[in-house]
Amino acid sequence: MTISKRTFDVVVVGAGGSGMRAALAMSEAGLKVAVLSKVFPTRSHTVAAQGGIAASLGNVTEDNWHWHMYDTVKGSDYLGDQDAIEFMCRAAPEVVYELEHFGMPFDRLDNGKIYQRPFGGHMQDYGKNPVQRACAAADRTGHALLHTLYQQNVKANTNFFVEWMALDLIRDEDGDVLGVTAMEIETGEVMILHARATLFATGGAGRIFSASTNAYINTGDGLGMAARAGIPLEDMEFFQFHPTGVYGAGVLITEGVRGEGGYLVNRDGERFMQRYAPNAKDLASRDVVSRAMATEIKEGRGCGPRGDHVLLKLDHLGDDVIRHRLPGIREISLKFAHVDPAQAPIPVVPTAHYMMGGIPTNYHGQVVAPYKTGPEEVVQGFYAVGECACVSVHGANRLGCNSLLDLLVFGREAARQIIEDLARNPHPKPLPPDAAERPLARLARLDTQKEGESVAEVGDAMRHVMQAHCGVFRFPDLLAEGVKQIGEVAVRARNTVIKDKSRIFNTARVEALELDNLIEVAQATMHSAAAREESRGGHARDDFPLRDDVKWLKHSLYFSAGERLDYKPVRLKPLTVESFPLKARVY
Amino acid sequence: MKFRIYRYNPETDDAPYMQDYDLSIDAGDKMLLDAILLIKEQDDSLSLRKSCREGVCGSDAMNINGRNGLACITQLSELKQPIELRPLPGLPVIRDLVVDMTQFFKQYHSIKPYLVNNDPPPETERLQSVTARAELDGLYECILCGCCTTACPSFWWNPDKFVGPAGLLQAYRFLADTRDQATAERLDNLEDPYRLFRCHSIMNCVDVCPKELNPTRAIAKIKDMMVKRIV
Ligand SMILES: Cc1cc2nc3c(=O)[nH]c(=O)nc-3n(C[C@H](O)[C@H](O)[C@H](O)COP(=O)(O)OP(=O)(O)OC[C@H]3O[C@@H](n4cnc5c(N)ncnc54)[C@H](O)[C@@H]3O)c2cc1C
Ligand code: SF4
Ligand code: SF4
Ligand code: FES
Repeated sequence: MTISKRTFDVVVVGAGGSGMRAALAMSEAGLKVAVLSKVFPTRSHTVAAQGGIAASLGNVTEDNWHWHMYDTVKGSDYLGDQDAIEFMCRAAPEVVYELEHFGMPFDRLDNGKIYQRPFGGHMQDYGKNPVQRACAAADRTGHALLHTLYQQNVKANTNFFVEWMALDLIRDEDGDVLGVTAMEIETGEVMILHARATLFATGGAGRIFSASTNAYINTGDGLGMAARAGIPLEDMEFFQFHPTGVYGAGVLITEGVRGEGGYLVNRDGERFMQRYAPNAKDLASRDVVSRAMATEIKEGRGCGPRGDHVLLKLDHLGDDVIRHRLPGIREISLKFAHVDPAQAPIPVVPTAHYMMGGIPTNYHGQVVAPYKTGPEEVVQGFYAVGECACVSVHGANRLGCNSLLDLLVFGREAARQIIEDLARNPHPKPLPPDAAERPLARLARLDTQKEGESVAEVGDAMRHVMQAHCGVFRFPDLLAEGVKQIGEVAVRARNTVIKDKSRIFNTARVEALELDNLIEVAQATMHSAAAREESRGGHARDDFPLRDDVKWLKHSLYFSAGERLDYKPVRLKPLTVESFPLKARVY
Repeated sequence: MKFRIYRYNPETDDAPYMQDYDLSIDAGDKMLLDAILLIKEQDDSLSLRKSCREGVCGSDAMNINGRNGLACITQLSELKQPIELRPLPGLPVIRDLVVDMTQFFKQYHSIKPYLVNNDPPPETERLQSVTARAELDGLYECILCGCCTTACPSFWWNPDKFVGPAGLLQAYRFLADTRDQATAERLDNLEDPYRLFRCHSIMNCVDVCPKELNPTRAIAKIKDMMVKRIV
C-alpha cells in the first residue's frame, strides 16, 4: 500500500472540548494545525455533558478558588497532584469568562450573571456546606460548550480532518514523537501526518464496560496508541461509576438533578444517603454515593422485582423547574425510562462513566514518562489533554463539573506550551523509516484474516469480564480471575475477522481497530486494580476496605509491554499555597 | 421483525438496492438503533454513523419508513413493518445509510455561525438578562443532524443556493443573541432571492426535527427583521 505524507506544525487528535480549545489557541497563534476526529467535531462526546462546569465565580453563594481546590483534593482522595489542582482551580473563572465571551449560551441569574447550581462534593469553607459552583446552560452544558468552541474554530479557520481515525503514534529511536498515521474513513486511505508537536485529546474509554454512560466512539484510542508506542498509562484502576445511569439503558441522568433538589430512595422509600453522608447527603462525592447504592442493593433494599436498582425522586421539584432547568433530563427520562419525572421517580443504577487515569502529563499538558533519568521525563513532541490524559487533577475520584473545566484549562495551557516549545524547535526531525509499519501490519491482518471470531463477540467478552470483575466493589478472587480472563480476551482480539473488506466507509474495520485500543485500556485497568491493595476513591476493594497512605499514596504506571506495573509519587506540594494535609474523607 | 434497508457500495454495486433482513428480537422498549446494530452483528458490511445513542450528537439521522429521524431515539415498537430504512434524501450517498454532508455543513458555515462582538471583553462575563437569554431557547439546542434540511423540498432543488432550515435556524440564533453585533451583516448575507427567500413555509422541517425545534418560526422572524429594516 502506498501512503501519502503531509507535514504540519501540530497534529491534534480529537475534536472534543479539550482538542478544540487547544486548536483554537493554536490556530489563532498562526500555527499550521491539523485536527483529526473520528466524527464531525460537534458529535464528540463532550456534547453529552449535562450538568455544568465548575468555577468559583461566586455568582450565587460566596466562593473562592481555595475552597474549590480543597474540594478537588479531598474528592481525589488525596491522589490528585496538588500543583495541577491549584493551577486548574485558579484558572477556572478566567476560562469560564472566556467561554462566555466566545458566545456560550449560559443560563442567567436575575442580575444578568452566569447561573450556577450546586453539584456533588463542591462545598463552601473547606467542606462545610454545599456551594453553587457549577456554571450551567440548562442541562445541556456540554452541547453548548462544544458547539461554541466549534463555532470559534470556524471563525479561526482551523483545519479539520473530519472522519479521519488516527491509528498509531510515530516515535523515533530517541523516543521523540513525530506525528501519527491516520486513515480517512470515507476512502480507507492511510496517511502519515508529520508534525513537530502531537496533541492527543481523544477522550474516554467507557466502552470497556457493558453498562456505560459513554458514546460508542469512546474507545480509548489515544491510550491504545500511546500504550503500543511504549508510553505507560497512569492510575487506570480509578474508574468512576456515576450513581445515576438510567436502569437498563445506561444513559446518564446528571448529578445536577440532585443539585436542583432531587434525591435517591430505596425500596422502603427511605432517603438512604442520610445514613452514609449525613452532611452532604445526596451531594456527596460520586464514589461515595455509588457505593452506598451498591450496598443498598446488595443488602436487599433495592427496588423493582429484581431489587437491582434504586429510585431518583424529583417530582417534588415541580413540572416548571424540571422543564426549565432540566429539559434534557425530562426528555431522556421519557424516552429511555418511560417515566415523566414530574410524576414518578426514575430507576437508576451506578454506571461506568469516567476514566480518572490516562496518559501521564504534567500541568502543561506535556506527556511525562520514566525514560532515562527519572519517572517524569518529558516525552519530546508529545502532549495530551482532556479525559485521555492523567494530569492528575482528579486523582482517585473526579468531582462532577471538573472535567469540562479540565478540558478548557489544560487545552489552553497545552496550546501555550506547544507554541512556546515550537518557537524553540523550528525544524522537524526526520521520520524513521518504519514510521507506518505497525498500523499497516494491523490493517493488513484485517484484510487477509479469513477465519476467526467477530469483533462484536470478542468485544462482548471483554465488556462482560470488566463488568463482572472490576465494578463498583472489587473482590480479590474476582480480580485475579479477571486478570487471567482479560488476558485471554486480548489473545482472541488478535484473531478477529471482519467480512467486510471494502475500503469505502468501512465501519467494521473501524470497530476492529477500536477493539485493539479498548483491550489495551481494559488490560491496564484490570492489572492496576488487582495490584492496588487498598480502597481509595473510585477503587473499592472488599478485602482492603481502608485507604492506606503508607503503602499506596502513589500513582500507578502500567506498561503494556510485559504487562508490568511501576509507581511514582503523588505531587503533594501546590504551586503557591500550603499542601492540604491527608485526612479521612467524610461528607 | 422485518427490515428493508437501502444498500449501496460504490466499490462493488452498480446501483443501489433494498436488502431484506429478518431479526428475531423482542421490540420491548428497544430503540431502532439497537436493532440495526444487531443486524450489523450478522452482516458487518452494513454501514451507518452512530455515536451517543441518546439523541444529542446528531450522527444517526436517516429516513425511517419515509420520515427523517434519529435511529437512537426512535422506539422500535412504534414502527410499522417491514421497517424501511434509507439514507437522508437529497444528499449524495457515500455508502448504505451514510450520506455526504458537505453541502449541509457548507450552508451552515455560510451564515457565519459564531458570535461577533468587537468590544474588548470585560474582566468577567458579559451580562445578559434572563429574558434575553430565553430568546436563544429553541435555537441553540440544534444538533446539526440534518433531518430538517434534507426533508426540505426547497433544499433538494437548490442545495447550493438555499441555506436550508438548519442553517437559517442558526442564523437566527446569532441574530437573537443580545451579545452579537453583526446584525446588519447577517441580514445582508441573507438578502438574496435564494438564501432565505426560497423557504415557502412547507413546514416539513418542523415536522421531522427530533429536538422539536422550529426552523420555520426562526425563518419567519428573520424575514420580519428584513422587513423592519426596510421601513
Ligand atoms: C453523559 C456524560 C455527561 C457528562 N457531564 C459532565 C458535566 O456535566 N460536567 C463535566 O465537567 N463533565 C461531564 N462529563 C465528562 C466530560 O463530558 C468528558 O470527560 C469530556 O467531555 C471529555 O472531553 P474530551 O475533549 O477529553 O473528549 P471527547 O469530547 O470525548 O472527544 C474525543 C475526540 O477524540 C476523537 N477521537 C478519538 N479517537 C480518535 C482517533 N483514533 N482518531 C481521530 N479522532 C479520535 C473523537 O472523534 C472526538 O472528537 C460527562 C460525561 C458523560 C459521558
Ligand atoms: S418551512 Fe421552509 S425550510 Fe422548512 S421545509 Fe419548508 S421550505 Fe424548507
Ligand atoms: S433543526 Fe432539528 S432537524 Fe434540523 S439539524 Fe437541528 S436538530 Fe436536526
Ligand atoms: S447516535 Fe447520537 S444522535 Fe443518535
